Amino acid sequence: MKIHLPNSAFLGNIDPFLRGFDPSSPETLEITANDKWISVHPLALSMIAALGLTVKPGGVVCRKLEAKSRHYLVRMGLFRALGVASEINVTEHEPAGRFIPITRVRTSNELSSFISEMIPLLHLAPEQSRTLGYVVSELVRNVLEHSGSEQGAVLCAQYYKKSNSIRIGVADTGMGIKASINNSHPAATDQEALRLALWPGITGTTSREGGTEQNAGAGLFFIKSIASINRDFFVVYSGNALYKLLKKPAGKRPRLHADPFEDRHSREESLPAWRGTAVGVDITLDQTAEFSALLDAIGGTYSAAVRERVRARHRRPRFI
Amino acid sequence: MTTIRLFERTGAFAENKDVARELRLKELMPALQRGEEVVLDFTGVEAATQSFVHALISDAIRKHGAGALDLLAFKACSEPVKKIVAIVTDYMQEGLGPG
Repeated sequence: MKIHLPNSAFLGNIDPFLRGFDPSSPETLEITANDKWISVHPLALSMIAALGLTVKPGGVVCRKLEAKSRHYLVRMGLFRALGVASEINVTEHEPAGRFIPITRVRTSNELSSFISEMIPLLHLAPEQSRTLGYVVSELVRNVLEHSGSEQGAVLCAQYYKKSNSIRIGVADTGMGIKASINNSHPAATDQEALRLALWPGITGTTSREGGTEQNAGAGLFFIKSIASINRDFFVVYSGNALYKLLKKPAGKRPRLHADPFEDRHSREESLPAWRGTAVGVDITLDQTAEFSALLDAIGGTYSAAVRERVRARHRRPRFI
Repeated sequence: MTTIRLFERTGAFAENKDVARELRLKELMPALQRGEEVVLDFTGVEAATQSFVHALISDAIRKHGAGALDLLAFKACSEPVKKIVAIVTDYMQEGLGPG
């Protein structure tokens, strides 16, 4: 496998980074980077760290990094996660208030500890912490419950002072959304599987409406809705498909849709195959709606979506 | 009457679905099966995920119908917890259909 860290890769312009991924020869991972500057979303780092976990020791080769900003990768814990020496000397600072370094979560209890110990380090306001905790919990639990990944979830987050935003990336190298959804729902392509996974009430654990006693099939819908109401980016990449919720212009409150294809979005379905799922979310703190208001909007859309789906399956009277 | 104190098991953020499952299987469902009223006491719980609340109560509504809500009481819920509970109870009842 080969992956290149470009000059810039945030959710708005992450597509070239994804297209540059070469998944061939999965027994090795070669990492290269832009010589001048590297400025990337936590999603890119989580993905690279997750790939590194699939390669045996010694199989990761990181080309010498020349970019001035290379120390950032050290501080985010990329080389530690990959198990390679960085040859970059930096003064480590207490991470409080700025970032959550690359972290691997493999169990439910590890996730609970992560949320209670790491998120307070960002020193966010209670409403913002609540939103961030919600996003992290739902995304990582999706990995633990549906991906079948032996490596668990890999995540990291960064606070950006200039935009007053938190950016989060969660990646796994499990079965991917199509294989998971196909356990219960027919999806011929990765893109169709992404569409179903984002639809409220659809889960790979059952074909039954409303999910099982343990899974509702609502996690990704909630996260997309939070991003949508806050006018932020939200990206899901699995198999060869990418779904990207685009930022919405300021103005009246965005309308939520059950069908992700009705949201303002872009999508691709010919990307290099990512064996697993990678999700990136931005949370702009200035415009983070009060959590209760978010829930009002989400609840209405969810119930309407379930009602529509149930109605669509109603038997029709035979008039003769 | 059975009272289930969530905070002791979940802390201020109720998100661990394994905890929800254990409470559901060991305390909530057996009590409903006996026809007892169950109080879910959210004192100290500031927020909960939809996944957690679904894992805790959806099976009760699926198995006992909307009548489960006559036996369930949600105590000392914060505003976000109230809204999550309402979302889950709404969509579970939407999915039940008549009868």
